[in-house]
Formats: sequence, structure tokens, C-alpha cells
Amino acid sequence: MLDTAIEFLTPYSGLIIGAVKAVVIAVLLLQAVPFLVWLERRLMGRFQVRLGPNRVGPFGLIQPFADSIKLLFKESIVTTSADKFLFHLAPAIVVFTAIVAFAAIPFGEPVQVFGQTIGLWVANVNVGILFVFAISGMGLYGIVLGGLASNNKYSLMGGLRSSAQMISYELTLGLSALGVIIMSGSLNLTEIVESQATVPYILTQPLAFVLFFTAGVAETNRAPFDLPEAEQELVAGFHTEYSGMKFAMFFMGEYINMITMSALVTLMFLGGWNTYGLPLFPILAFVGKVFLLLCVFIWLRSTFPRIRYDRLMTFGWKVLLPLAVFNLLITGFVKIL
Amino acid sequence: MIGGAIQGIKNLLIGLGVTFRNMVSKPQTIQYPEVKRQMPKGYRGRHFLNRDENGLERCVGCSLCSINCPVGCIHVVAAENTEEHRVSAGERYAAVYEINLLRCIYCGYCEEACPVDAVVLREHYELADYDRNTFVLQKEDLLVYPEPNRFRVNYLGNTKRVNP
Repeated sequence: MLDTAIEFLTPYSGLIIGAVKAVVIAVLLLQAVPFLVWLERRLMGRFQVRLGPNRVGPFGLIQPFADSIKLLFKESIVTTSADKFLFHLAPAIVVFTAIVAFAAIPFGEPVQVFGQTIGLWVANVNVGILFVFAISGMGLYGIVLGGLASNNKYSLMGGLRSSAQMISYELTLGLSALGVIIMSGSLNLTEIVESQATVPYILTQPLAFVLFFTAGVAETNRAPFDLPEAEQELVAGFHTEYSGMKFAMFFMGEYINMITMSALVTLMFLGGWNTYGLPLFPILAFVGKVFLLLCVFIWLRSTFPRIRYDRLMTFGWKVLLPLAVFNLLITGFVKIL
Repeated sequence: MIGGAIQGIKNLLIGLGVTFRNMVSKPQTIQYPEVKRQMPKGYRGRHFLNRDENGLERCVGCSLCSINCPVGCIHVVAAENTEEHRVSAGERYAAVYEINLLRCIYCGYCEEACPVDAVVLREHYELADYDRNTFVLQKEDLLVYPEPNRFRVNYLGNTKRVNP
């Protein structure tokens, strides 16, 4: 009986392994969100010389779970003037694209388990960077549709701002990534990491690193570039009309995007899972670098005030983009020589 | 332009440095119900009536505190001391001494007006209660001197009148 089952399943082993990996990574990613919320609130507290949540559970670790349970039981309000279908679709798009974008992120070298070579990724796409950019760019639809479907001027303004901001910063993101792509000669993320075995690209491409990280912060709509949800003038931006779990889904999307962006920066500039002689497991090195970058995200948020909208655009188009082009030209020139 | 950009980047880094220093410094939070704040000397909290070194009440029932009170929350009725019934060192003593804490504005004028240093405001600040009547302090309430901030709180956080 067992033999027949195994015999039947053997041709599909790749499929099964892939499915299991996808489920494991999706679940881990969703589990990382409450932890990240906790980390953000604790760290923000420390940056502001206070303690942060420490009442619920040890060190307040249960706090995000309590919050999500609260959000689950909240009434889901849909305004009468809202476009019902798009209104429900928007948060789903945000979370879906955030999780799918992470699928192309590798976080370790392939390991041997039971004679099977298992890569520590869901999909080793040969255009990994493009895939991540494309899918995370699609997450924009969720935000814009959420703003549009709410039929509320604040939401609409938030959605419009988000789309304008993401389009302008996506250019910088892509152009600064091109520097790395020229250096490594590959769009595949594992090959990019392998090409950094001796020197991470943060040393050879420091300008690209700064540009990519800045654009990445803007891309994930994090402070100081959180214009789409500027509390002071837009109430809450695109998710003004959302409540309960749909509201939480927008935040899940945002935090997963943060993880994806940190992972991307790690892979492209910090050498991914290369340990550079430090006594660490490769996967721990990767997770540690991502964790560090997430802390930097939070550090930026607790330090800088939100910049004005016209300055955001000026900064994106007149500062970051020319610098990215300049960096690209220099890298290309050096590569040809 | 380049100079301006460098200046801007420098300022951003200074900002990051400030928050980083904040992170490594000790949090200012006082976790209130567990940790009670040490009030500075001279903090004007709840009222108390002092006794002198012989254990007699200091208050001589002169009503100067009552007269000086801007909101009129102190009520004093004086009585004569006799040889058998001596309450204070002076000629008279306060037979009734009431302070309405709900009306009091904690200005400390009573303390300043008192010629014998009898009425004082100390650093007790947990004055909430569920019963309005407990806020009109009688002389017996004022003559006790509990440890700062340790009095009248049970495990539910409710306050209670402490008997001397």
C-alpha cells in the first residue's frame, strides 16, 4: 500500500516539495508580521525614551496577537457609497502581491535532505529581481483601488499620492538595482549572492545601496515617505474607510513588503547568506542581516518627520533619479574598461 | 549645491544619532501602579495635622488657615483647653477640623498661614475614591501620618479610610 503510494507520488516529488515550501514560507511570513509589529512598537518606544508595550505576556510579546484578535472581532464597516467589489478586493491584492513577491526571494544555499536537493526558496526564477519588482509594483493596485473604491476624498487623495510616489521611486529602485545587475551579470538572485562571495556590493556600489534603500523605504510607503497615509492632512489616506480585518490586511501587506525589501537589499548589497568568515550559519547570517535592516526601517521612522509632497516628488525626480543614472553610467563605464 | 547636500546629509545623520542615543539610554517611564513616583520635597499633596514633641496637637484652633483659604474648604471650630482635657499646648484647640479635598485647590496657603506649623501638605498624591463623603477629611483622618503613597490602597486599587 505504502509502496504503491510512494511509487505513485515519486514523479510528483518536485511538485510536492514546492507546495510544502510555499506553504511553509507563506505561514512563516504571516507569522513574522505580528513579531514585526511588536518589534516596531518596542523599538519605537526605546527610540522615544519609553518602554513600549510590555503588559501583555512576557515583554509584551502577546500584544500583537491580542490586537489581531481584537481586529478580527471588530465590525467590518462598508460605506454605502463604496464600490463593494473593489472595496473587498483591494486589501486582498495588497496581501497577495506581498506574499507572492517574497516567493522569489532565496535565503540560503540548497540543502540535501533525504537525497533530495532542496533549495531554500519557493521559486528560483532566473529573472528574480524583475519578478520581485513587478509583483511588488502590482501591490500598488491594491492601494489605489482601496482609495478609489472607498469613495472618500481622503482615500482617493491617498491612493493617488501612493501611485504617483511609487511610480517615481520605482524608477530609482530599478536603476540603482541595474548597477548591481551589471556588476554580477545576472538577474537571478542566487547568482547575485554567489557573485558577492568575497566582497558585498555595498562596498563597490555604495551610492546604489543608499539610493536603493531610500527608494525602498518610499516603495514600501514607510515614514518618512508615508505620504499615502499622512495622518495630518489625509486622516489615514487610502485605508480611512477600512476597519477590522481588512484594515489589518493593509498593514500585513505593508510589513511583508518591508521584509521583502529588506531581504532584497540583503541579497543585492549585503551579500545575502555569505558570512565573510564570521562563525555563523548561512541562513542565520541572512536572517540577521534582514533583521538589522528592519531595525533600520524602524529607526528611520522614529527619527525623520514626513516630508512635504512636492519635496517628495522633487527629491525623487531631481535628486535620486539623476544620481541613479549617474551611478549606472559610471558602473557601465568601469565594467567596459 | 553640493555643499548644501552635504550639510543636509550631515543633519540627517545628526538626527539619527540623537534617536540612537535615546534608544540606548534608560527609559523615562515610571510603571505607575507597581512603581510609585518619589515626589519632590515641598510637593503639595494631601493635608495632615502635625503633633508636637509631647504628642499634643499643634493646632490651636485660630482659624487662620480657614480665613486664608481661597476656596473656603477648611472648617474649624475651636474649643478651650482645660486642665483635665488638654488637647493642644495653647489655650484653645480645634474641636472640629474639616478639609473638603474636592474643593481644595492645593495652593498651600493654609500651610503658610499656620502660626504653629500644624497643617501641612505632604507628598501623598493618590487621592481618588469612589465615595464623595470620604473626601471631607475629619480631624482623625488628618492626624494620621501614613507612609508616603502607601495608604488607603487595597489590591483592587480602591482606596480606604485609614483609622489612626
